[in-house]
Order: sequence, then C-alpha cells, then structure tokens
Amino acid sequence: MSSREAILQRLRNRAGGELTAPECDFSVLKRPDWSTSERIALFERMIESVHGEVHHCTEDSWVDRLAEILGSRCARNLLIPKEHEIGVKLRSSTLEREDLPHLLIYDEAIESWKSVLFNDVDASITSTRGGIAETGSLIMWPNTDEPRLMSLVPPIHVAVLFASELYTTFHEAMQAQNWKAGMPTNALLVSGPSKTADIEQTLAYGVHGPKELIVLIIE
Amino acid sequence: MADPIKLYPPKPSKVYFFGTCLVDMFYPDAGMAGIQLLEREGIEVIFPQDQTCCGQPAFTSGYHDEARAVAKAQLGLFPEDYPIVVPSGSCGGMMRKHYPGLFKDTEDEILAAEVAGRVWELTDFLLNVCHIKLTDKGEPTTVAMHTSCSARREMGVAEVGPKLLGQLDNVNLVEQVRAEECCGFGGTFAIRHPEISGAMVSEKVDALVDTGARDFVTTDCGCLMNIHGYAEKNRKAMSGQHILSFLWNRTGGGKGEQS
Amino acid sequence: MSETAQHSPHHIDVKEFHPRAHEALHNPQIRHNFRKAMDGLMTKRKSAFEGWDLESLRDLGANVRLRALANLPDLLEQLEKKLTENGIKVHWAVDGDEACRIVRDICKARDAKTVIKGKSMVSEEMELNKYLEEHGIEALESDLGEYIVQLAGETPSHIIMPAIHKNTGEISQLLHDKTGTDLSNDVEYLTAEARLQLREKFMNADVGVSGVNFAVAETGTLCLVENEGNGRMTTTVPKCHIAVTGIEKVVPNLEDVTALLALLTRSATGQHITTYFNMISGPRKAEELDGPDEVHVVLVDNGRSSIYQDDELLDTLRCIRCGACMNHCPVYTRVGGHTYGTTYPGPIGKILMPHLIGLDEGRHLPSASSLCGACGEVCPVKIPIPDLLVRLRQESVDGDKLHPAKVRGHGAKRNALEAMIWKGWSWMHARPGAYRFGTNMAARLRKLQPGQMGGWTQFRTSPKLAPKTFHETLKERGQ
Repeated sequence: MSSREAILQRLRNRAGGELTAPECDFSVLKRPDWSTSERIALFERMIESVHGEVHHCTEDSWVDRLAEILGSRCARNLLIPKEHEIGVKLRSSTLEREDLPHLLIYDEAIESWKSVLFNDVDASITSTRGGIAETGSLIMWPNTDEPRLMSLVPPIHVAVLFASELYTTFHEAMQAQNWKAGMPTNALLVSGPSKTADIEQTLAYGVHGPKELIVLIIE
Repeated sequence: MADPIKLYPPKPSKVYFFGTCLVDMFYPDAGMAGIQLLEREGIEVIFPQDQTCCGQPAFTSGYHDEARAVAKAQLGLFPEDYPIVVPSGSCGGMMRKHYPGLFKDTEDEILAAEVAGRVWELTDFLLNVCHIKLTDKGEPTTVAMHTSCSARREMGVAEVGPKLLGQLDNVNLVEQVRAEECCGFGGTFAIRHPEISGAMVSEKVDALVDTGARDFVTTDCGCLMNIHGYAEKNRKAMSGQHILSFLWNRTGGGKGEQS
Repeated sequence: MSETAQHSPHHIDVKEFHPRAHEALHNPQIRHNFRKAMDGLMTKRKSAFEGWDLESLRDLGANVRLRALANLPDLLEQLEKKLTENGIKVHWAVDGDEACRIVRDICKARDAKTVIKGKSMVSEEMELNKYLEEHGIEALESDLGEYIVQLAGETPSHIIMPAIHKNTGEISQLLHDKTGTDLSNDVEYLTAEARLQLREKFMNADVGVSGVNFAVAETGTLCLVENEGNGRMTTTVPKCHIAVTGIEKVVPNLEDVTALLALLTRSATGQHITTYFNMISGPRKAEELDGPDEVHVVLVDNGRSSIYQDDELLDTLRCIRCGACMNHCPVYTRVGGHTYGTTYPGPIGKILMPHLIGLDEGRHLPSASSLCGACGEVCPVKIPIPDLLVRLRQESVDGDKLHPAKVRGHGAKRNALEAMIWKGWSWMHARPGAYRFGTNMAARLRKLQPGQMGGWTQFRTSPKLAPKTFHETLKERGQ
C-alpha cells in the first residue's frame, strides 16, 4: 500500500467514528460600511504603524511626487512595469523631465539578470489590486508585467494604490474580487517593509526584502 | 462582570456546604467564616459530615479510577436541590467542570452532571446570589489579592473578590503586577516540579510585596499555603489569609458569633 | 560556508527535563530574556485584539479548524486534485523519515547541492537539515532567527521566535566567529550583514524548502505567513520549491483563511497582520519571468493520523502554531524552550510531542504544568490544553480502566509506589469514617507533623495542621 493510501485509509477508518462538521459564522469578521475617506484614514494609520510611508496624490501629481521621493533617496534607477499604465506614463514622462532615475524593465527571465536585480536595482514601482484598510495591506497579484521578485528584491518598493480600490477587510476584498474563482500562481498581501525582531526583539527593517515601502494613494 | 453564561439561581433558604479537605485540615477558620457569612445572610447551611475530598489531587495526577471512587462518595451527599457552595475555586472547578466528564459513560453520569450544575464558588455565591452588602468595621488597611487560576479561569470569578473587597470602606485594594499569573501551586505540580514551582511563587511574592501591602487574601487554600509559606520561609513581609476569613473579620464577625 | 553545515543536536534525552529545568532556572540571562519577551508578547496580543469580539472570533477559529478536521480525508484528496491541476506535485509521507527521503529524492533528481529554507516547524520535526547534510546536500536556514540558531548548532527555543534565548551580544559574537562580521551591538548592522550573506545564498540555492501555514483545498493554494521576506525568496528564487506540511493544515475554503489569519498573527506577535501573506497556487507559467519551475508539496502524517482517531485528542490537531500558549505559560516563561528537549516546546509541545515521540520518552511533559489554564484561555482555536494535559497524565500512568490509554508508550510513568499511595488515598477518602478518623488523628498528632516535606519545604514552610478539623468543629456546632 502506498503511503498515500495508508494515510487516507487511517483517516477514513477513524476509530472514533465519523465527525460532524460545525457551522462557521463569519459575521464576526464583518465591519460596518465605511466611507472611502474613513478607509483611507484607517489604511494610512495601520500601514504607518508598521513603518510604511503613505503619500496622497492624484492621477496628475503622482509622477512629481515619485520623483521627489526617489530623488531624496538618491535612487539611481527604478524598475517599472512594461505594459501597465504606470510604466507607460513613467516612460513618457522621462522624455519631458530629468528628475526621474534611470528606468529599468523586468522583461527577461530572472535567471538571465539575477545578479543585477539583486545587487544593482535601487527601487521598483508596481501597481496593486487594491488594499485592505483594517490591516494596512496591499493586495498584489504578480504577473508577467510585474513579476514576483519586483516587489521583493529592490531596497525601495513603491506601490500605487487607487483609493477607490480600498476595501475594509481581507474577507470583503476576497469576496468582492471573487478569488475562489481562480487564483494566480502567486498572490500577496504586503503590509509594510520587510522586517525582523529576531535579534532580542529589536525591530530592524529590510532584512530580506525592501527596507522601505512607499504607497502612493491616488484619490 | 461575572461569566455572562452563568445562570445564577434565586437566593435559596438552604445550601449544602462542601468544605474541601484543605479547609478541613489546615484552614477550618476559613470554612467557618464562609458558613457564618452565609448564615448572616439568612441562609441555613447544611454540612454533610460524610464529605471528604472532591478527588482533584488524584484526577490531575492521572489516577482517574482513584479520583472517581472518591468523587463518587461525594455524589450522594446532596440529595435535595439546594445549591452546593465551595470555599475554593479549585475544588469548585473540579466538581462543576470535571465531574460530568469523569462520570461519563458510568451509571452516575446523570447524577454527576446534576450535582455539577449546582456547584458554586462561595464568594461568587455571596456576591451574585446573596447580593451581600458588607459593612466594614475594621481599621484602614491595604491588601492585595491573588485570585486562584481555577477561580479565575474555570469558575470565572476573577472580578468577584475585588468587588467584595470594594464594599469595604476602609480597605485599600492594590493590584500586583501580572496579577493573573499562576502562583506556582498546581497541586502535585509543586511536588513534582519543586524548582519551577519555587521560581513561580518567589516572583508572585515579590510582586505582592512590591504593591506596598503587607497582607494578601486569596480564594483558595492551595495558593494560600504556597504564597504564605514562601513568604514565611523567606522572611518576606507578606502574610495571607483566605478571603472569607478576611471578609468575616472585617465585618464584625470576629467579635463573637452572631445570630 | 562549512560552519553552517553543523546540524542541530536533536538527540537529546527528553526525559532529562528536570536537570535542564534546573540549569535554566539558574541562568539569569534565560530568565531575563524569556520574561521580558513573553511580557511584551502578552501585552501586544492584548492590544491587537482591542475592539474585537474575541470570543466569537475564537469560536469561528475553532469551528473552521473543526470543520476542516471533520472532512480531513476528503479535503486532502481535494487539495491533492487541485494542486495537481495547478501543476504542483503532491507527495505523501507517513513519517519524518519518509518525508526526508522524498525531499532528498527531489533534490537528487535535480542534482541539487544547496537548499535554502524558510521557517518550517515540520522540517524541524523531520530533522530535515541533518538528513540532507548526511546526504551531501547543504541546507541553510534563511529566517534570521533560524539562521542564528543554525550557526550556533542549536535548535529553536520558540516556534515563532527561534533565537529568543540569545541576546544581541551573543549573536554579534556568533556572527563574528562564524561569518566574520564586526563585533557590534547595532542590530541594524547585524541584520544588514545577514541580509548580504543570505542574498548570496538565495541567488545560488538549487532548491527552496518552506513550510505551509494553511493549505486551501478549493483552490489548491499554499499560504505562508511571514515578516522577513525570506519565505517569499525561498519560494520564488530557486528553480524548485518544496513545501512540507502536516496533513492537518488543510482547510476547505479561502474564506477560512481570513479567520485563521486574523487570529494567527494577533495571537502570535500581536501584529494585525504580518508583512507578507504569501499565497502560492502554482509553479511559474511559461510566460512568467520568475518563480520556481517546479513546486512540490509533501503531506506529512508523522503521528497525526493516530491523534485523529480519538475524539478528545483530536483537538490537538486544531493548532495553527501561533505560540500564544507558550507566550502565556508561566512554566515556559521560566525554563525557556530548550528545557523541554522537544521540537515544539511549551503547552502545545506538552500535548503534541507525546504523540510524536511516545509517552515513554515524553513522560515528564504532561506533568510540567500547574494546570493554570492560561494557555487554553488564549488559544485562538480554543484547544482545551489543560484538559488534554490531564488526559495525557492519565495515559502516562494508565490511570483509567474505563478509558484505556491509547497513546504510544502509555503507562511508562506508572510506578508501584505512587500507584499504591493513590490507592490508599482513594480508599481512605471514599470512606467517610476512615477519613474522619484519619484527619482527627492528624489534628491530634499535629506536633509530630514533619517539618521537612521534600520539594515543598525547600521553598516554603509547611502548612500547619489545625488543632481541630472543620468536620469536628461543625459536629460540635451541631452541623
């Protein structure tokens, strides 16, 4: 008998007999209907409490703000999505302005440029699939345009969040976006920069992933 | 607030008193204080002389056959439907929470569940069934309180002691740090793991001493002999008594028997 | 880095609990580190649940886990089907050894020489690092705490914070000795150095091994909860990812995860959520530019299907490994994690390990508790830990003829003398006349009460017998 069959058989022929599944009442996870501004305020408070940085922008102003942010950090380059409007806008912006860092595109398999990504990229910018106010989280579904490592390896990660896509809870976001219909190869909730407290409970940021997480909220 | 799922009975005319073996042998004054407090509330107290021990020491040591035999000897002592009051969260917890499981699938299953449902920790009973009103007749004093883990977590009476003490005008109740942490008694735990238990009680005594109080009260005789015994052996300025003795003495009880 | 090839000294005698406890209790650093850390964690947990209907949330957590366990075999099959559809290979292992062999075989087939690991308690349970080293494969921990512990040749002392027993100075010295960093108490510097060292390893590792926090049957999704990002690195950078998980980690629906996640991080570290919640549902697709080409899941039984047989013991399998029980345990706080000598320390270890190593080996574990109930009170899925401790105490002495013991190694703690003492105790306390005679005699002869009573009087005065028993007093009073 294979191990699979052995395990399943033991579980099926349970000595104590069949078990009854209890009902699950998820209403405790529900929150009142909050306005967008209430959700933004909570999101901001939560993500700042874990060292995230929030900037309020508009469709017209976010590139200016991004340039300031990256300028103040002396970022030499910025990894951008190729197809997403964020990337498109940044590429067109560089034609008119010089205060943006050098733009890089993640359009080759990681194996061919691993060392550059790990050692030479200062910052990245990605879109989000919305956010969660209650926990100060960004929802990300990496894809070909914005691969998994884009939001993980560079020391600075900038994420663009539309205020209109801010949900109150994870439960609500998952239901609204109908996740159970099909999950991507990788889905993420990101809530702040990478951190550890493994050395005597002292918080330190950027242990493996980004040291800084900067959220541009587009209202 | 007391456990919201508790359904307190109306104040009865009679109760059964289950004294516990520790009260019997070491702290009869605490038991007597409990009886007198009840009597002062106009309740007739019945003490079945055939009671011995709830069976907990054997139960928590894993000797369930032996615990069951002892517990079984108690089950028949409370034939009328009067509440059964116990001056201990620990023994009360054993009877209320563990008797049903101990007698499951035995001929005593129904009786055990019925008895268990009538068991009340005595301070809880005084406050929430008798609605006792205490008048302090003592000199101003400061005390700390240690609520036993079983009183706190099994019987859900953590707020009862402070409320009763709060009725005493001249008593200043102070709270030690980590008030909800175990004192290290744990029955046979103190014997099986003396060093760990010793470390726990030493920190409990330090916390009590740090409140500035020199006296503490507690709901349970196990905690009392543990904490008081440590303080005494190590010459710490901290002396304990059962909360029932304290309440009785503060309200004039010590000055001769009433009624 | 040959130093990291050291494996953990797992083969300690679990039975030597008392000597280790003695040592820990007399080690001021252990006492200080654990006390400080646990105090902080208790406070943080409390504030993280402010504003929540915690009882209802814990009820939901318990029910979600119970529902999953009620359908465990079906869910495992559904999970397997979904994972397979998603392109993830599923393996089954009856015990840790088989799970280790599966991981090794996957590595061998890829000619893998180096494995980078995310935090996984199941892999600790399997002693995977040691096994791989013995088979010529370097296994390196990447969670900072696990990395530190591995460098030191130790095992984790806490399931969430593996290096909680060490202070900054020790860690600095360790990193200096093993990796050549400068001596420094600057945690930022030490962390940055570890980042550099481990990035190199992530880039070059052939295989990544991780644990799993929840496995979702309806979508075939593996969920990982972490703060550092090493879990994401481990599951993304190497060409091959192997996830090892206990069979009990499966839940039916994605919705279930929202409840368990809300409970897990708040209970564990008082965080509303961890930095990363990583959900993996497949290997890299043809058009994708990163992620592993191969993803494997090893479903590990290792004693769990035995626990599953019994209605009461089953509750042990609800556990979501938050560590709140140890954070709130007055015994764990004082003796630290290593005293237990087991993969899982603290209250959860005391109720889980006897099933994994046998009650003969783990005979002292269930007794090392004052049954204070703090663990059960904070458990996010309402495992009745104190009741399970009592059950295992019964099993360890074969103490209940009505409910014969079932756990492997049961009865090992029974000794004739103690059994006789309890028999005598029971005889006397089941006979009111004998009891009253005995207690009255004790009261009369109280002057003969021994002043020394073993461990009790090592720390305390002995309680004083009253001159007259309560029974006697009341009898005289006419009651």
